[in-house]
Amino acid sequence: MAEMTASRVPPTALLTTSDGRPLKAALARAQRRSKQRAFLLVLPLLLFIILTFVMPIFQMLGRSVHNDTFSRAVPNLVTWFAANPAGSEIDEGAYAALVADLKVMKVEKSGGNAGTRINYDVPGTLSLFKGAVRGADELSPPYKEALLAEDAKWGDPTLWAVMRSASSAYTTDFYVAAVDRRRDETGSVVRVPEDRQIYVKLFVRTFMLSAAITVICLLLAFPVAHLLATLPLSKSNLLMILVLLPFWTSLLVRTTSWIVLLQSQGVLNDVLVGLGIIGDDGRLAMINNRTGTIIAMTHILLPFMILPLYSVMRTIPPSYVRAARSLGASSWTAFRRIYLPQTLPGIGAGALLVFILAVGYYITPALVGGADGQLISNLIAFHMNKSLNWSMAAALAALLLAAVLILYWLYDRLVGIDNLKLG
Amino acid sequence: MKKTLILTTALTGMAFAAQAQDLTVMSWGGAYETSQVEGYNKPFTAATGINVAMVAADNPNAPIKAMVEAGNVTVDVADVEYADAVRMCDEGLLETIDHSALPAGADGTAAEDDFLPGALTDCGVANIVFSTIYAYDTTKFPDGGPATMADFFDMTKFPGKRGMRKGAKANLEMALMADGVPAAEVYGLLETPEGVDRAFAKLDTIKADTVWWEAGAQPPQLLADGEVAMSTAYNGRIFAAAVDEGKPFVTVWDGQVYEYDLFVIPKGAPNLEKAKEYVAFATSSASLAEQAKWISYGPARKSAGAMVGLSNDGKTEMGPYMPTSAANLTNALASSYEFWADRDAELNERFNAWLAAN
Repeated sequence: MAEMTASRVPPTALLTTSDGRPLKAALARAQRRSKQRAFLLVLPLLLFIILTFVMPIFQMLGRSVHNDTFSRAVPNLVTWFAANPAGSEIDEGAYAALVADLKVMKVEKSGGNAGTRINYDVPGTLSLFKGAVRGADELSPPYKEALLAEDAKWGDPTLWAVMRSASSAYTTDFYVAAVDRRRDETGSVVRVPEDRQIYVKLFVRTFMLSAAITVICLLLAFPVAHLLATLPLSKSNLLMILVLLPFWTSLLVRTTSWIVLLQSQGVLNDVLVGLGIIGDDGRLAMINNRTGTIIAMTHILLPFMILPLYSVMRTIPPSYVRAARSLGASSWTAFRRIYLPQTLPGIGAGALLVFILAVGYYITPALVGGADGQLISNLIAFHMNKSLNWSMAAALAALLLAAVLILYWLYDRLVGIDNLKLG
Repeated sequence: MKKTLILTTALTGMAFAAQAQDLTVMSWGGAYETSQVEGYNKPFTAATGINVAMVAADNPNAPIKAMVEAGNVTVDVADVEYADAVRMCDEGLLETIDHSALPAGADGTAAEDDFLPGALTDCGVANIVFSTIYAYDTTKFPDGGPATMADFFDMTKFPGKRGMRKGAKANLEMALMADGVPAAEVYGLLETPEGVDRAFAKLDTIKADTVWWEAGAQPPQLLADGEVAMSTAYNGRIFAAAVDEGKPFVTVWDGQVYEYDLFVIPKGAPNLEKAKEYVAFATSSASLAEQAKWISYGPARKSAGAMVGLSNDGKTEMGPYMPTSAANLTNALASSYEFWADRDAELNERFNAWLAAN
């Protein structure tokens, strides 16, 4: 009997399923299958995000360091630059290589392309290239004299430094330009003249403005969210609809409404003049300046602060504050030491959301901000749509993205990302 | 389930097939698109049986560049500004257009001579001339309004807020002309750093009182709301507000900066032959004259300019509203595409820095 049992179930044997397979393997297989099924379910979304979001973003960001419009057009010059290190004299060999490339450009009609790339760094060179390409066939050796006779600009050392830099497809030139710097004739990085410094200033302005809007949003949203969280459900639902209503209205409609309200002949000024509070010639300038930008953007971004705050506040039991009060805390102490710390996850989430959204806004500031409404995203849009310098747009966007990521990292270090509740 | 799927797929396919047009033209939307549909598309479809679909873009140059670079061109013809047409042509994004295939003018002049100077480029054929002018609200100046470019910058004689486009183009030229520089010398001066400084110094005199606009629809709105007393604007927008809507706006033609809009064909256009046919048809004298009934942009052909008569309402004489009419050209500047192709990035950078400095 004992022998029989031993032969059927060996003491070291694994547990098996009814069809004799080891239980562990069967379980693993079943789990793997359900995991696969779960993965297959999210696969469409994953593919969608990779194809329409991740890949285009990286492709676009790649343009900030990769621009081969010049290097592709000037193979001979690339060879010459490779053989002669920076600082060597621009001799007949260099001009001969350039002219050989110009002749190819004439055939392939790529002169405009190459000129555009150099024009980013040395304004006025697009027409220089186009002129040289047009007359490329008439040039004869010595090429240095021939080119300089056509236009003295060809002797400009800065031009040659920029061409050397652009002759490599991978370049940091656009990042150099994005922080108001340029390369001088020796190839070292220097600041651009003061009247052309713009990007650093706009980065600072964008972040200051976004920070101000975040603080104002927080101050306005906190009481509203508290009210929503403490009112009986029937009343708070109605208020909630009022909070959500702007969400369902087009951004442009809301911005334009603010123009109608705030402009100097607008509703608000008319009411103030009608009430005799201000004179007709003392109408307040509330739009086409920073005030207008802050008012309109605060209004547009307010729901993004209220909602996370509300979702956190709803879960805070009122008994804690009551307990603190019954133990002798003043209402201010109870709020500061008991209530406020519990709302921190909501404050963090709301502030992060509002700040990041504010950093990327450009339609609203452009419409209501006047001369002050120029933010860094407006210049990204300018380089995307108007100047078509996509590498520059990508470099600015990458810097903006990096700055936001650094802030996110700081937030994680200071507050902790686990301590974040979005809803 | 499977049947439903097949059915819906088939339906979607049919919907696409029904939408499919023989030719797609990308333009700027709004009243301008209407004028092109009335002036070019309807007669073109009647004559050839080819249907034309219009696509609106903020500025067709960015989508065209993206399409050609991605190798997925869905537009056959695009309407772009002069500097963009030249630049995109240089960058190899456009098909070249054979000028000899363009029809002769209504009076028999060969196309090459019939078009205004510079209206034909390697890759583009101009259709209209539009202009940046300035306009004022007559109710703000009951004792007589401004008449010259210098008046626009004269805050003592004509007090009140000004409106200007947020950008360097046209503003710098106007500033120099207001400062007494003859139109012919403007670009020569702007080539020099001193000239640019002088233009910005002139702009400085009105900077504090200026509202900056971005979209062409804004200036008439700013004028109508009383936000500004006078504003630079595209002449067609002021015409639409003044004539069609009866607003008390007056256009000042002194110091106008005019330029062409051109038809171009993106490289790899799906219907190249039809596109060429369309461009030739749309820029014929008859089409351009017909379009001029619908919007106050001047035809790019001399023979069509002579045919311009009444507006589509049948009572407004279009001549005085055209940038190209002789009376409006006494002190006018043709925008230099070559200058702006070279200097656009640099001067806009400077302009933005100037704007941001308080």
